[in-house]
Amino acid sequence: MTQPNMLQRVDAYPTRVIAGLKVRAGRVSPFGATLVPGGVNFAVFSRHATSCVLVLFEKGAKAPFAELPFPEEFRVGDVYAMTVFELDHENLEYGYRMDGPNDAQAGHRFDPSVVLMDPYSRLIGGRDVWGQQPDWSMAYQHRSRVLQDDFDWEQDRPLEIPAEDLVVYEMHVRSFTRHPSSNVRHPGTFAAIRQKIPYLKSLGINCVELMPVYEFDEFENSSVNPVTGQTRYNYWGYSTVGFFAPKAGYAATGALGMQADEFKALVKDLHKNGIEVMLDVVFNHTAEGDHRGPTISFRGLDNKTYYMLTPEGWYYNFSGCGNTLNCNNPVVRHVVLDCLRYWVAEYHIDGFRFDLAAILGRDPTGVPLANPPLLETLANDPILGRTKLVAEAWDAGGLYQVGSFPAYGRWAEWNGKYRDTVRKFLKGEMGQVPDLSLRLQGSPDLYYGRGTAASVNFLTCHDGFTLCDLVSYNDKHNEANGENNNDGANDNNSWNCGWEGETNDSDIITLRRRQMKNALALLMVSQGVPMILSGDEVGRTQHGNNNTYCHDNELNWFDWWQVEENAELLRFAQQIVAFRHAHPALRHRDHMRFCDYVGSGLPDVSWHGTQAWRPDWSGTSRVLAFLLDGRHAKGGTVVDDDIYVAINSYWDALEFEIPALPGGRQWRVAVNTGAASPEDAFPHGQEPLLQNQQRCLVGGRSILILVGR
Amino acid sequence: MSFTVASSFNSGVAHLTLAGRLDANTAGQFKAEIEKIAEERPTVVALFVQDLEYMASAGIRMLVFTKQKLGAQTDIYVIGAQPQIVHTLEMTGVDKSVIFADSFELAATN
Repeated sequence: MTQPNMLQRVDAYPTRVIAGLKVRAGRVSPFGATLVPGGVNFAVFSRHATSCVLVLFEKGAKAPFAELPFPEEFRVGDVYAMTVFELDHENLEYGYRMDGPNDAQAGHRFDPSVVLMDPYSRLIGGRDVWGQQPDWSMAYQHRSRVLQDDFDWEQDRPLEIPAEDLVVYEMHVRSFTRHPSSNVRHPGTFAAIRQKIPYLKSLGINCVELMPVYEFDEFENSSVNPVTGQTRYNYWGYSTVGFFAPKAGYAATGALGMQADEFKALVKDLHKNGIEVMLDVVFNHTAEGDHRGPTISFRGLDNKTYYMLTPEGWYYNFSGCGNTLNCNNPVVRHVVLDCLRYWVAEYHIDGFRFDLAAILGRDPTGVPLANPPLLETLANDPILGRTKLVAEAWDAGGLYQVGSFPAYGRWAEWNGKYRDTVRKFLKGEMGQVPDLSLRLQGSPDLYYGRGTAASVNFLTCHDGFTLCDLVSYNDKHNEANGENNNDGANDNNSWNCGWEGETNDSDIITLRRRQMKNALALLMVSQGVPMILSGDEVGRTQHGNNNTYCHDNELNWFDWWQVEENAELLRFAQQIVAFRHAHPALRHRDHMRFCDYVGSGLPDVSWHGTQAWRPDWSGTSRVLAFLLDGRHAKGGTVVDDDIYVAINSYWDALEFEIPALPGGRQWRVAVNTGAASPEDAFPHGQEPLLQNQQRCLVGGRSILILVGR
Repeated sequence: MSFTVASSFNSGVAHLTLAGRLDANTAGQFKAEIEKIAEERPTVVALFVQDLEYMASAGIRMLVFTKQKLGAQTDIYVIGAQPQIVHTLEMTGVDKSVIFADSFELAATN
């Protein structure tokens, strides 16, 4: 049967002319600028505005070519909507003027002299090329554009890799390929990452977590370093200008306005290579700062709705960045939800890491909620139904929720306690063994009932020391930031191995390398979701700077020459990641039960010390060993090798008695961080038989991993 | 230079010759031509773009449209594209949906 021609809507025609342009009352949903037959539909919310004007520019023009006041009948409720016909949408930029009360004490800061960016802009102009000085004489700096969303995804969709099987790699888009050594066509861009996918695959990671890729202003609070003359930028980008738009300056095609396509092409290629994409999203505050900051969008659209305000009308500052987005206001909640849905549906994003997520659980006055509607909404949203949700479960207002973040059966957390405990243990601090055993199990003390994948385990991230610096510096060295070394964390739990900073002492260099291997090994044998900071696998250094938020230089850039220079460390990282992937016993979904529930003759996990079956939990202990029974892998659903891990953070070698295996299985050496490369890690299936099956010597500050088969 | 598009059809192969600037203002012409040749159900589409000076995002959209309108089983050749156009298509991932060639005859026989 032939389908008859479908009737098109008959009301898609102009009804009047405003400012010389044909228009009609628009559709109130979706918000933002949407292409419709014959024109562009504009819809914007403001509860407290008294009037709204649509302002249209030709791309890059200082002055608008048209200003269209919304007739009162074009407003439905609190939404102004208008369709404008016959616009050249590719050469168009738009914004709004909002009029209303300008009474800061009452929370209102309307100013019709300012053109406001649409918070639902899916494309934003004004910072098209990274670091290119903006034309500061332009009144309208961050300029809304119209995006045609279509893209040839073919069969792509989010990969839905089980969370406990992920190995996450935290990456800054620009830093990853900006270094002159990167040998890519367009350094510092989405396109350049595509060229480096073979490297990511060789490392074995299967999820990249991208530091903010939403449009931000690298010039926000920028300054010149008086020593070097270099510009210090808002480099990391934790200050959002537009939640729906990929950063143009991260795209080789940003100057052409094709950043959305370029980013989608990256996601598609990563997916083709089995790598998920997680975005670091910053909903806790915006680039507008406090009352001294620029009015870009929210402040002028409806300040009282979008921001948490004190009774006197000042900005609450739970973010440490001047303002706090009013996330549990129902309207703002919808902005967040619409945004995440958009990234999942249109960009096929696999997951999100929420910066300072504890803020998302505060009510409009800042009080932590027992049942935060936003967090519950996100956890139960159908479009986000299989999307990973990861919280940085603290904020700058002192709310610390690691282990207690409202999870609704969905949320995982960056496990800051994992980082702190393992760091302390690695540096040889006493009294850490009981806590270490919990961290190795996926922190059941924090996440029991939520599964191991609730714990995103990490030792380093963009905040703080790199892994190399963690073993090279006792103290932070942030002078280059221009804040008299007052910024950045002081509790780093780091140890310089005997000398502060760079050294030629071969003993210290060897020890540091071993400590880095120890750290990577512990991370990969821990239950939960491991996360590696980009560059740690090749010993990237920030020269002791633990807060490089402002540096567009070698302090942040991944030095690709280190791939050769530190090939030994990279090889170890590749091997230990491969070891994790090869062994489902390391990737339990649920926490351990400490018993034999499959009849294998061994409990799922057992704890040991230098004597088998006798772990030393005392306050002076620096050793721990554990045995994972392969018959209990993934809750007994698959059979794996047995895995025995002996960890010695004492400075001398110690002899460990190894537990005997039932069934004639024998121990083989998979990893020994105390051995020289390449005998520090053996590929799966090539592990040599351990000569003495009863006892083994584990070097000082070393880890031995055996597999039983 | 304004945009022009001309098409012909022969033995399952559609030939389209594009010249000028392909942008939002002119993409409609291209789209109409694609819709016209789609009715012939071609198995191969050859886009001759030697004289195409510029392709805006709307032009890229039209390549995506062409691929999706004609289906994955239809090969789309882009013949004689200028380097900046090839480059833009590579950066935006569209290069995976089409086949670049300097000569259609040579490409089609490989």
